[in-house]
Amino acid sequence: MSFLKLNHISHQYFHDKGYTKSVDNISMAIEEGAFISVLGPSGCGKTTLLSIISGIIQPTHGEVLLRNQPLSNTASGIGYMLQQDYLFPWKTILDNVLTGPKIQSKETEQTKDKAIQILHEIGLANVVHSYPKSLSGGMRQRAALARTLMTDPNLLLLDEPFSALDYQTKLKLEDLVSSLLKEYNKTSILVTHDIGEAIAMSDRIFLMKANPGEIAEIFEVPIEIRNLQPFQARKHLKYQLLFDRIWEELNELENKHPV
Amino acid sequence: MNLKTNTLSDEQLFEQYKKQRKAYRKSITFWQLVIFAAFFISWEFASRMEWIDPLIFSSPSKVGHLFAEKLIDGSLWFHLQVTLLETIIGFVAGTLLGIILAAILWWSEKLSKILDPYLVILNAMPKVALGPIIIVALGPGYVSIIAMGAIICIIITALVVYSAFREVDENYVKVLKSFGATRWQCFTTAILPASFPAMISTLKVNVGLSWVGVIVGEFLVSAKGLGYLIVYGFQVFDFTLVLYSLLVIAILAALMYQLVEKLEKWLIKNTAG
Ligand SMILES: Nc1ncnc2c1ncn2[C@@H]1O[C@H](COP(=O)(O)OP(=O)(O)OP(=O)(O)O)[C@@H](O)[C@H]1O
Ligand SMILES: [Mg+2]
Repeated sequence: MSFLKLNHISHQYFHDKGYTKSVDNISMAIEEGAFISVLGPSGCGKTTLLSIISGIIQPTHGEVLLRNQPLSNTASGIGYMLQQDYLFPWKTILDNVLTGPKIQSKETEQTKDKAIQILHEIGLANVVHSYPKSLSGGMRQRAALARTLMTDPNLLLLDEPFSALDYQTKLKLEDLVSSLLKEYNKTSILVTHDIGEAIAMSDRIFLMKANPGEIAEIFEVPIEIRNLQPFQARKHLKYQLLFDRIWEELNELENKHPV
Repeated sequence: MNLKTNTLSDEQLFEQYKKQRKAYRKSITFWQLVIFAAFFISWEFASRMEWIDPLIFSSPSKVGHLFAEKLIDGSLWFHLQVTLLETIIGFVAGTLLGIILAAILWWSEKLSKILDPYLVILNAMPKVALGPIIIVALGPGYVSIIAMGAIICIIITALVVYSAFREVDENYVKVLKSFGATRWQCFTTAILPASFPAMISTLKVNVGLSWVGVIVGEFLVSAKGLGYLIVYGFQVFDFTLVLYSLLVIAILAALMYQLVEKLEKWLIKNTAG
């Protein structure tokens, strides 16, 4: 039994002048504890796909099954980290991290302690009572991650969480996230533009193409790389081989479907 | 000269800068006082010399006497208190109702689309023209006057606040929805606080508007208050009384505006960090 199953998902955005088919006939089956990456050019429907999996958008076709149950029947259990941090500027970092429990009316002294502990682990111990605007981009991303982890989701959806960061911060954060998720045995789907990041972090990679957004190819990441920290994985020989294969595939797609 | 400034330390340069700023601020205040004094002196002078008709334009000394007289016999306080209370209640009620209306429009996009042309018409219409109808409907008393003070700012508040609600990035709502938030929770946790600055700036506009509504209301009801004094002064051709009332209104409106500005600063500091 798969943990998460997408059956022939399609979605159109309708507007006055017509419609955009953002994703078309997407199916995937994901095991518990797996780390999946979705890779593809801008506008191929990655964000749309995550919004559908999170239950925020209803697909126009198809269904999402979480532990064989339709989404609406499962009590969420999904953590969704958006493409930008979207921290509430009028709340302190601690209050931002406590947003989830507060919405779910589960705010207690324990959740507060837990929030502080997560912030500690993620290296934000000294900005607990600061406001988001006084934090750097990387710190804000980490705070947003802490907010997502706070509700103990079984499934984590990460939409380009590292895209706004400088290279060094990005590499460090990749290692941090990777070890945190392994530690808590989370199932995760990471959306990214970055081929290297997809290989270094995940077990399997779905390559998408645009217009309409479809799955073009699925790559299994070699077992040798999977168990390495992202930073170490990047230095592995097989990393380079897979990188070249994906790179070629992407170029081919571009030639077949010129933008 | 050039050499001398170059040898100044950063500290000294900063001192110099501070001194310049202080002198600048002093000169601003000085000219403000000059205009103030020039206005009243030339008014008094022109009136005494009969360059302007003293019967119509009165003079600062006459207004000042009247002011002192009314202060002593207690009627200044009586009329002032009536008008001030009506204005404050009208202002608060108008602002709150406007925000509630904006919330309802936000809640139902369909309703907001349906009401759109009517809101535009209502906004363009001079609300004070409704005065006679309100007074007949609600009776010639303070209720009507408060209603005038409120009605004049409801629609504009609703429109401004509603557009602020709509400008809130929907991704904030997405974040909350991912935690399973209800629509009401999305409203109170994201939409409302994000629109706070817009709401505060409508407060400033509404202060001025409520004064207009209340004064016109008092014109029409003509029982008590500063608006009534103006109409009464006009009827008995006592323009000193008219100008006196105007002066009191100007002072009160300015004070209330200052208060709202203070409130704005406080709110921004205490809600946005
Ligand atoms: N709210 C919306 N209304 C209408 N069309 C939309 C909406 N959101 C996305 N689209 C369209 O759907 C398609 C897929 O968008 P989506 O945001 O899912 O792409 P993406 O793969 O996440 O892109 P990026 O990598 O730039 O974030 C695009 O063509 C976009 O124009
Ligand atoms: Mg996207």
